[in-house]
Amino acid sequence: MGMPMVEVEYRLTLVELCRACDAREEDVRAWVDEGALAPEGRRPDDWRFAADALRRARTAARLARDFEIDAPAIALVLDLMDQIERLRARLK
Amino acid sequence: MLAGVKFRDYYETLGVPRTATVDDIKRAYRRLARKFHPDVNKEKDAEAKFKEVGEAYAVLKDPEKRAAYDRFGENWKAGQDFTPPPNWDAGFEFSGARPGAGGTGGSADFGEFSEFFESLFGRGGMGAMGGEGPRQGRTMRGRGEDHHAKVVIPLEDAYTGARRTLTLRMPELDDEGRVALRSRNLEVAIPKGIRAGQHLRLQGQGGPGLAGGPAGDLYLEVEFEPHARYQVDGRDVTVDLPLAPWEAELGASVRVPTPSGEVELTVPPHSGAGRKLRLRARGLPGEPPGDLYAVVSIALPRAESDADKDAYRAFAQAFARFDARGR
Repeated sequence: MGMPMVEVEYRLTLVELCRACDAREEDVRAWVDEGALAPEGRRPDDWRFAADALRRARTAARLARDFEIDAPAIALVLDLMDQIERLRARLK
Repeated sequence: MLAGVKFRDYYETLGVPRTATVDDIKRAYRRLARKFHPDVNKEKDAEAKFKEVGEAYAVLKDPEKRAAYDRFGENWKAGQDFTPPPNWDAGFEFSGARPGAGGTGGSADFGEFSEFFESLFGRGGMGAMGGEGPRQGRTMRGRGEDHHAKVVIPLEDAYTGARRTLTLRMPELDDEGRVALRSRNLEVAIPKGIRAGQHLRLQGQGGPGLAGGPAGDLYLEVEFEPHARYQVDGRDVTVDLPLAPWEAELGASVRVPTPSGEVELTVPPHSGAGRKLRLRARGLPGEPPGDLYAVVSIALPRAESDADKDAYRAFAQAFARFDARGR
């Protein structure tokens, strides 16, 4: 039995990203509108999300689900979390 | 059947009295959820706490489940061995049943409920929580679900690449349509240069497709084991470099441990505490590779003997005009 192929750098379409973070398309569109996610491509059909966006999108999906907060609030929380991360790294 | 199941006091978990209103319960839940949410709280036990709180809320916010749970009254104490009395749930019907939390590998997400919960409401009772998992009408064209799991590796493995055998558990429907947890082993090559937080994709290794549809994908989120010596920030790695005062001030050539082996480092003169010495490309491999930073700290030899103390006194005399607190 061969080992499955492991991909590190990949691009996700909107549909693939939604599936991978169990979010609805309208939610992901709202996060993109708020600048919380920045895919390549102009129209949603052409959007390509970098693999790193998956982590962010999954966090957004969890925040949306667990706190019932809307897209602007999610974008704010994600930015604040980035700041905390940077500060934490600087503390070391 | 379910040996060792302990009673859980959901009211105690949320810190509300048994008479609490729905609003009280929601408020208490929200406060605790914000406090313990694993995305917000990086403490080790936060995720377990968050799960407990979520489970308590899933029961107490649901009038049917709460009424059923309340039948146990106050006679039970948290931690007591628990077996539900026969037919305890007669007359109740729990809605929102669906297969388990859809996670793989246990720590995949925050969706798994306790055995106590399952002994009361069954595996299908998870619907109330809204964790990860199949939502009705979402599995189009019979494609299998995507699954997520965490893989924790030592930092050194990210320098060299590694092989890991993962045990993945996932809920599957058996022939009679019941949910069973099935586990399988999967050997995976962790590529060199992987960073914490990255999601590896393994196409077709997720949930099986329905009616001949394609299987879903498996995403593995990489995490590094905490290391006593190294701290990692993206591709850069930091290590503490203790120096004797004379090494720091006069300069020295010292051996420094790095995740890819010891290296010789030239410490320039006047390297005070906190100075960062960069070892180019000794961080995590990649394009470009990260750097390794050795951060100087000063290690003072303890003055035990009279000779030691004399040495310090001579030192003090030589620097009589030095003011440690002067600017």
